[in-house]
Amino acid sequence: MGESEKRHLRVRKIKDLIFRSLCLVAALCGIVILFVFLAKIVIDGFPRLSLSFITADLSGRPSRTGIWPAIVGSLYIMVLTAALSVPVGVAAAIYLEEFNTKRTKLTEFIQLNIANLSGVPSIVYGLLGLAVFSRFFGLKDSVMAGGLTMGLLVLPMVIIVTQEALRAVPRSYREGSMALGSTRWQAIRHQVLPSAVPGIMTGVILAMSRAVGETAPLIAIGAATMVKAPQGLLDEFTVLPIQVFDWSLNSKQAFHQTAASAILVLMTFLLLLNSVAIWLRARSTR
Amino acid sequence: MQVRPDDSPAFSLRQKGGGKNVFTERSMRLIAFACALLSVVTTFGIIWVLLSQSIPFFRFVSPIDFLTGTEWRPTRDPVAFGVLPLVTGTLMITIGAGIVAVPLGLLSAIYLSEYAPKWARQILKPMLELLAGIPTVVYGYFGLFFVTPLLKPIFPDIKSSNGLAGAIVVGIMILPLVSSLCEDALRSVPKALREASFGVGATKTEVITRTVIPAALSGIMAAFILALSRALGETMAVALAAGSNPKLTFNPTESIQTMTAYIVSTAKGDAPYGTVKYDSLFAVGVTLFVFTLGMNYLANRLVRKFRQVYA
Repeated sequence: MGESEKRHLRVRKIKDLIFRSLCLVAALCGIVILFVFLAKIVIDGFPRLSLSFITADLSGRPSRTGIWPAIVGSLYIMVLTAALSVPVGVAAAIYLEEFNTKRTKLTEFIQLNIANLSGVPSIVYGLLGLAVFSRFFGLKDSVMAGGLTMGLLVLPMVIIVTQEALRAVPRSYREGSMALGSTRWQAIRHQVLPSAVPGIMTGVILAMSRAVGETAPLIAIGAATMVKAPQGLLDEFTVLPIQVFDWSLNSKQAFHQTAASAILVLMTFLLLLNSVAIWLRARSTR
Repeated sequence: MQVRPDDSPAFSLRQKGGGKNVFTERSMRLIAFACALLSVVTTFGIIWVLLSQSIPFFRFVSPIDFLTGTEWRPTRDPVAFGVLPLVTGTLMITIGAGIVAVPLGLLSAIYLSEYAPKWARQILKPMLELLAGIPTVVYGYFGLFFVTPLLKPIFPDIKSSNGLAGAIVVGIMILPLVSSLCEDALRSVPKALREASFGVGATKTEVITRTVIPAALSGIMAAFILALSRALGETMAVALAAGSNPKLTFNPTESIQTMTAYIVSTAKGDAPYGTVKYDSLFAVGVTLFVFTLGMNYLANRLVRKFRQVYA
């Protein structure tokens, strides 16, 4: 091997090392940003956090305000969203994966449509909710209108994860059940669904954390900010992320701290939800 | 009840009392079908709402003035409804987010798919998922109270909400998406291609940049477009970090407004039903919807092309 070829090889090896390090740095970037963000939130928000902050009503004074109505509002939205999207989403997935034995043009269209829907910006769902639920059905800025809008928003996600969970159930379960004389529905009801439940639950929890963190569609339907906790489905409401948004834009500096405290409450809530999902996933793979 | 033989073998073996089962079977199938159809209804609902509600607006403002006007002034007299400032604001955020997320996302995907040992993947992947799980309004908070103060020493006259901070936080937000979609694309490249490349003496970098990336290119492009379409439709982060000042500018230190931020800030303020301001929400909504639809269509086409190569 000549001298120039050796040098050429060395240059290529150095390039190799540089590229490899670049990739590593890029991969670490995400982690660094994550930790910086978390640190910033804890530093800003932790001093203001207390039991009274969690249990008090909203107030125009930053030193007295609490977050309770927003916590209740977020819980309402989450439960309503689940109540709509889980039964409908699971049923739709069952149709597409289990009943739909002969793939027709129509079901292909439905499938394509679901993929497209998951790419529609959330604010557009907000406009749909504003026109249909708030105006047409007269639900105004009630928690019911919010829950319905959010239910439609997460529906494609629930359908897609449920389909994946159903696909993971071995074919032999269905064949075994039907060979013993069950109908297709009986096989689904007693064999396929029970073994798909952990997978479905994981996806549903992820969809619910999306619903809890999502803000834009709720603002679009006209969700308020300075309100009491909702007592019923037709009451007005606020949620944690709306409160974060509102306080961040407030002209009083002290409200920026309460925004960070509200983020801490929101993220703790999401972390709890996600730990349940991770625990379920771990249990089902064992 | 008349029972016809179905595609299920269970029906031919049906005995006394099976009529109830057949009924349950049929009704369950019907209910499930109705639920699947709801997604189609939603799509048509969105299209119908956006179109029907923006017709009153386009009676007031001609579509040509809307699409070519350079001033967006919905509140102060004389009102002006030219959507271009909102479109340039949106594009500035989208392109800026792409500049942040595309190289970082692709490189980290390369690390995860080609270099990372198993333990490193097991740490990195959940971290990225965590980053992806942070609510978008929180990214807005970071833009406003963390990124902009960091930029202040570099650009002394930067506004408290500005396009640059908006683009950076949206870029960070779509980073996990770019990374995981690119990783999928890279992983689907057959091992034989890599081995052939090593076999003729290429270094690992050469294998990746000259064989693996070109082979996965359409999947990578689809990942970029999908992530950018997410950036285009992103609302809360830009409403906080980029501002609510519709202005036709290409200066990233200025406060701007995107289409999504306009909808949110107008809906949050007061836009009584029946006013032009209320109708303008839907006109902007249509514009946004057309943009994202176009990008998703492009991404889908690329994905299909990419599936044909290594199916």
